[in-house]
Parts: sequence; C-alpha cells; structure tokens
Amino acid sequence: MATPTNIIEELVNREYRYGFVTLVEEEVFPPGLNEDIIRRISARKNEPGWLLEWRLRAYRYWAKLVEEGAEPRWANVTYPPIDYQAIRYYAAPKRRPKSLDEVDPEIRRTYERLGIPLEEQERLAGVAVDAVFDSVSVATTFRQKLAELGIIFCSFSEAVQEHPELVRKWLGSVVPYTDNFFAALNSAVFSDGSFVYVPKGVRCPMELSTYFRINASQTGQFERTLIIADEGAYVSYLEGCTAPMRDENQLHAAVVELIALDNATIKYSTVQNWYPGDREGRGGIYNFVTKRGKCLGRNSKISWTQVEVGSAITWKYPSCILIGDNSVGEFYSVAVTNHHQQADTGTKMIHIGKNTRSTIISKGISAGHGQNTYRGMVKIMKGATRARNYSQCDSLLLGDKCGAHTFPYIEVHEPTAQLEHEATTSKISEEQLFYCRQRGLSAEDAVSMIVNGFCKEVLRELPMEFAVEAQKLLGISLEGSIG
Amino acid sequence: MSRRSLLEIRNLRVRVNGQEILKGITLAVYPGEVHSIMGPNGSGKSTLAQVLAGREVYEIVEGEVLYDGEDLLLMPPEERARRGIFLAFQYPVEIPGVSNLHFLKAAVNTIRKQRGLPELDAMEFLALAREKAKLVELDENLLQRAVNDGFSGGEKKRNEIFQMTVLEPRLAILDETDSGLDIDALRVVAQGINALRHPDRAIVLITHYQRLLNYVAPDVVHVLYDGRIVKSGGKELALELEEKGYGWIAEEIIGSPRS
Ligand SMILES: Nc1ncnc2c1ncn2[C@@H]1O[C@H](COP(=O)(O)OP(=O)(O)OP(=O)(O)O)[C@@H](O)[C@H]1O
Ligand SMILES: [Mg+2]
Repeated sequence: MATPTNIIEELVNREYRYGFVTLVEEEVFPPGLNEDIIRRISARKNEPGWLLEWRLRAYRYWAKLVEEGAEPRWANVTYPPIDYQAIRYYAAPKRRPKSLDEVDPEIRRTYERLGIPLEEQERLAGVAVDAVFDSVSVATTFRQKLAELGIIFCSFSEAVQEHPELVRKWLGSVVPYTDNFFAALNSAVFSDGSFVYVPKGVRCPMELSTYFRINASQTGQFERTLIIADEGAYVSYLEGCTAPMRDENQLHAAVVELIALDNATIKYSTVQNWYPGDREGRGGIYNFVTKRGKCLGRNSKISWTQVEVGSAITWKYPSCILIGDNSVGEFYSVAVTNHHQQADTGTKMIHIGKNTRSTIISKGISAGHGQNTYRGMVKIMKGATRARNYSQCDSLLLGDKCGAHTFPYIEVHEPTAQLEHEATTSKISEEQLFYCRQRGLSAEDAVSMIVNGFCKEVLRELPMEFAVEAQKLLGISLEGSIG
Repeated sequence: MSRRSLLEIRNLRVRVNGQEILKGITLAVYPGEVHSIMGPNGSGKSTLAQVLAGREVYEIVEGEVLYDGEDLLLMPPEERARRGIFLAFQYPVEIPGVSNLHFLKAAVNTIRKQRGLPELDAMEFLALAREKAKLVELDENLLQRAVNDGFSGGEKKRNEIFQMTVLEPRLAILDETDSGLDIDALRVVAQGINALRHPDRAIVLITHYQRLLNYVAPDVVHVLYDGRIVKSGGKELALELEEKGYGWIAEEIIGSPRS
C-alpha cells in the first residue's frame, strides 16, 4: 500500500547523483595537523606574515581546546570521535590555470556534470561562479565585468594577494577564531573560499555564487568566505556543495563572515547537497559550519536562506548580529534529514540596535531514521528598544522512525521588545496522498509537491535560477537525493 | 444494449477493519448515462466511490470491476485517474502551500500525457483554467490559493467541480457534491455537470437530495442500503425517497424473502 512512509522509502532508494570522482592529479599533504602543516599551507599560498601568525594563534587556541576535550557535544547529534590527525588538510589539482580558458578539461567536465558551466556566456548568464575544488579555487567567472563596477569577486587566496588591506581589516571580525572549536580549526587551516567586496552605492547586477566540490579522499574542506557590502550596496550570493560517495566520513568545516554597512543588503543563499551517506548511515560529510553576519550599519539587512538536504551531519547556525539601528536579520531554512542523517541547525538573532527586526522561518523535514533539530536563539539586549522578532518553526514527519525537535531559546533584556513564536508539527496524510493520486499524480510527485508546498515560504526566498533546482532537489533528496 | 458498458461492477464485496461494508454490489453504467445513488448515512456510498477510485485502505473480498472492459481493481489510483476516472470528494482534502493552479496543471498534464496529447504550457493552461473557472463561477482568487486550504465548505465543492470540468473525465463520480451548497452554487454545480455530459462519458451522482436531480436528470436511480443496492428505478424513485424516507424500503427488504 502506498503510504507516505513507503513512498519515502522508495525515494530513498534512488542514487545520489553527484557521487562520482574526478580523476585529476592533485597535490595532497600527508594526513595530520601540526604547526608545520599550517606553515606549509601558508607557504603554498604565499601568504604575508600577519596571516600566518593569525593561523598559528588559531591553531594554538584549537590545540588547547583539543587538550581540554572541549570539542562541542551539546548539539543533538551523535558521531564517533573524529581523529583530526587522520585528515589531510590540503589537496589541490596540480595544474593551476591562469585564466578561465586554461581550466583543466577534467575539472571543467566535473562542473558541467554538476550543472555549473564555467563558460561566461552559458545558461546561467546572470550568475558569476567561483568554483572551489577541494582546497582551492579553480575558476572564477565574470571577474572582469564585475571589476568594471568596482566589485571584487575572487578566490580568498587571490584577495589575500591583491586586497590584503581589506582582508586584514575584516577577517575574523565577525567570527573570531576563539568563537568555537570548528571556527578555530578553520582559521588555522582554511585553504580557500570566496571573497566579495561591493563598493559604496553599487548594486551587484548578477548573482554571485561559489560552488564547493570535495573530490579527494580522506580530505577535509575548510573554506572561508568573506563578503563586505559597503554603504548602500546590494549583493545576492549563493553557494552550492556536492561530494563523491565514499564509505568514510569527511569533514567540512567552513566559516562565512558577512558585513553590511549603512543601508547595505546581503542576501546569502545555500543549497547544500553534500553526500549524505548511504541508507545504513555509512559515509557522508560532517558539515560543521559557522556562518554569521554583522549588520554594522543603520538600515542594513542580512538575509540567510538555506536548503540543507545533504550531509551525514549538519551543524550550523547562520546568525545575524543586529548592531545598526533599524537593521534587519532574516533566516529562512529548509532542512531535510533522511535515512540516518542528522541535522542540528537554526540561527541566532542578536538585537543590539534600536528598532532592529528579525524573522526566522524554519522548515524541518524528517524521513527514514532522520533526526532534525531546530535550535535557535533570539537575544534582545538592553537598549534595543522596540526590537521585534517573529519565529516560525514547522516540522514535517514522513514516517514513524524519524524525529523532529525544537529548541528555541529566548533572552530579552528590553521591555519594549516584541517577540512572537509559532511552531507546528505535521505529517503527510494518507488522505492527501490519495487525493493527489486521484488527480493523476504519481505518489512520488505527490510527496514532492506536498513537501515543496510545506517549504514554500523558504523556497520563494531563493534566487530564481536556483529555486527550480532546489524544488527538484527536495523531490529527490527525500532520499538522500531528493531532486 | 449492445454497446459495451463503461463501468461494470459484479458482486463487489468490500471490507474495512474486518467489517464488511459493501455486501455484493452489481451495477453497470453505460456511456452517456447519468446514474444517481441514494441511501441513508453509513450505507456505503462513499466506500463504493473510494473503492472505484482506488483507495487502498479498503479490502476487496470478492467480485470484479471492469472499466472500459479492463480490470479496474488492478490499477493504482493514478492510473485510474489518467484513464479518465474522476472522484469529486465528499470531503475535499487541503494541501497547504500547493497552489490550486499548480496542482491542477500537474494533474492536467499527466492525464494529457496518458492520452497522447502534448502538455499544456503555463499560458495555455491559464487560459483553460480561466475559461472553466468562469463556467463554474469560481472566484479567481481561489485559483492562486493553496488547494482547498481554508476554503469554505461550498468553495471546496465548487473547486471539485472546477477540477472536473478542466480534467474532462470519462467517468465522473460525485460524492455528495451538492451537500452544503446554497441555491446558486447548486445551479452552478449542475451547470458544470451538464457541461460534461457527452455520449462517451458517464456520471455517477451520489446524493441525499433530489433537488440536484431537478437540474441533472438521471437515467437511473439506485438505492444503496446496508451495503447492497436494494432498488433501482427512474427519476421518480428519487422523489419518492425524498417524500417517504428509507423506512419503507427497509420494510420491503425485511418483508421479502431475499437470499
Ligand atoms: N476507514 C474506515 N474505517 C472504519 N470504518 C469505515 C471506514 N470507512 C467507512 N467505514 C464505515 O463504513 C460504513 C459506510 O461508510 P460510508 O462513508 O461509505 O457511508 P456513506 O453511505 O457514504 O454515508 P454518508 O451518507 O454519511 O456519507 C460506515 O459505517 C463507516 O463508519
Ligand atoms: Mg459518504
């Protein structure tokens, strides 16, 4: 009988589509982490002394946390201890292109298979792409066109070489390396990522995006993204992620820092489809990510939208620190857990400025044995007069072996603040499925449609080019490959 | 009649949760006909409708159902829908977040595919939907809203008829679509049904009231009583039922030696 549960099970049987491996010669560091490895990473990238020093300070801080056994364990996820000495911290294709035309054909084909063309006049003509392959950026499109407007869009490594003053000013200003265990690790070993600077008064005319691909085995990916929107600037940025299917767990520990000055807006969207592991829970990416934005300026706005369908474990809380008066923070999230996937995700909204507003819309979908936790904090500091927050957390359960959990923390030190919180839990009913099928829809299409309907308020926040992809992905990934 | 029946039910017995609800139904519906099924609450009318549409919670104990000469009971619900069976639900289901138009477009296109017709694009579909919405006087705002979500009782029924007129089924089964409608809505629903009437199509109207039958003249009226069709007749039977209730039929059954 076609119950929602066994339809999900059928969906689950589908394959992860992006599980292939690219055969390309890569330079890889031996497994293990110590100061020497960090010096080698820094040297590979020809970094200035201050940056190496910063890495080393982060490393020492992290090493101390390891000694103290201070790896965070508070999240509602379980996994065996990670052996940080068994991970390789650097892997990069040997051939390094100087321009787009020189990109290794194998790598170009990889991105084509992933649906990310590295040609500028291609399908996604309104989107500039930075392609990160293991530890390094291999291509960035439309740089010239953007440069004409004064917009800097390049790999992090290039930014360090070409705009050291900007990097030095803002790096770690939102997420200091002391922030948490994984942020410290990332600060020590990060290898690449994207850098964006949009100058005063400029509205970025195209979507900027980074596509993260893990390819090498036994390797962690530690990227760092830094986006600065100067006064009155606007930018919409999107990241996508996939990885090969492997029995081992691979660690992805990224840090993303956003800075919005007066009247600036940053819209940051993620479609995360890392390999989720197989049906028994073998393999998959550990996605331990720190993402945070600072609304420094008055009337600034930072909006996070995430569609999290992959990874064995997701641990991330894209947050906003609302410092400027009248600044706005938003968090729109869809998190899917299927099979044995675990997600503990949510946001923090810290209200400091007057009249600051935040909105949280979280949609958790659990299937199989998936465990889905929403963890959110809304903090209103003294002096954040008339601050407002609206939170809505909805959970959809597909089947009876999965779980949904909600942990909203609220801390209010300002009597004029207004907070609203709503939460619901629902299931796809047999009646709904039958109704759809009676109208001719297949059971799979019906589930996909109902799930997409459930997520609608979040999906409509995605840039057009990606909304369709994300909808398909949800269809597939309910399997660990909704698409 | 030499023509082949569109729907042929033979001695259908159905159980749910161990309890027999349909106790041997036999019924033939020919293309072009309108049949009305009446009967007291709990007699099994919706059960019959849902079984014909393929609802899987019902257990078929015995009997067979042929649709256009083929074994209907072997087909999954979506297959039946694609081959032209439409059920207007007694209790239409809400699907939050899924727009009515989007839902119906997906339905139209799977059905068109089955019929070997090209899929309608967004513009073509919108034109079709607008035309049909006008026919059944469906408020255009309802097209954009989520399927049945927060619709009033009458709006839900009207939406079912709207879907029916868009999908143009060969066999439409309407389960109390006339219940809870005001007089204008009733007229509109009747309009939708009459617009569907066609020599190749058939309609089964499940109803408690003969008032709908004033607008849509049925060829046959059946009385379903305790899981059996105990009486069939012409249009006048509906009038008689409305006047006298079902008591006399019960007496007739008990009074007559049935096997
Ligand atoms: N899923 C089910 N589980 C248990 N009993 C059921 C189920 N579906 C139907 N029944 C029972 O079967 C009998 C027939 O129900 P059905 O809905 O077919 O009646 P109906 O003739 O449509 O009545 P009404 O005029 O009230 O709509 C009722 O006694 C009902 O309680
Ligand atoms: Mg009924």
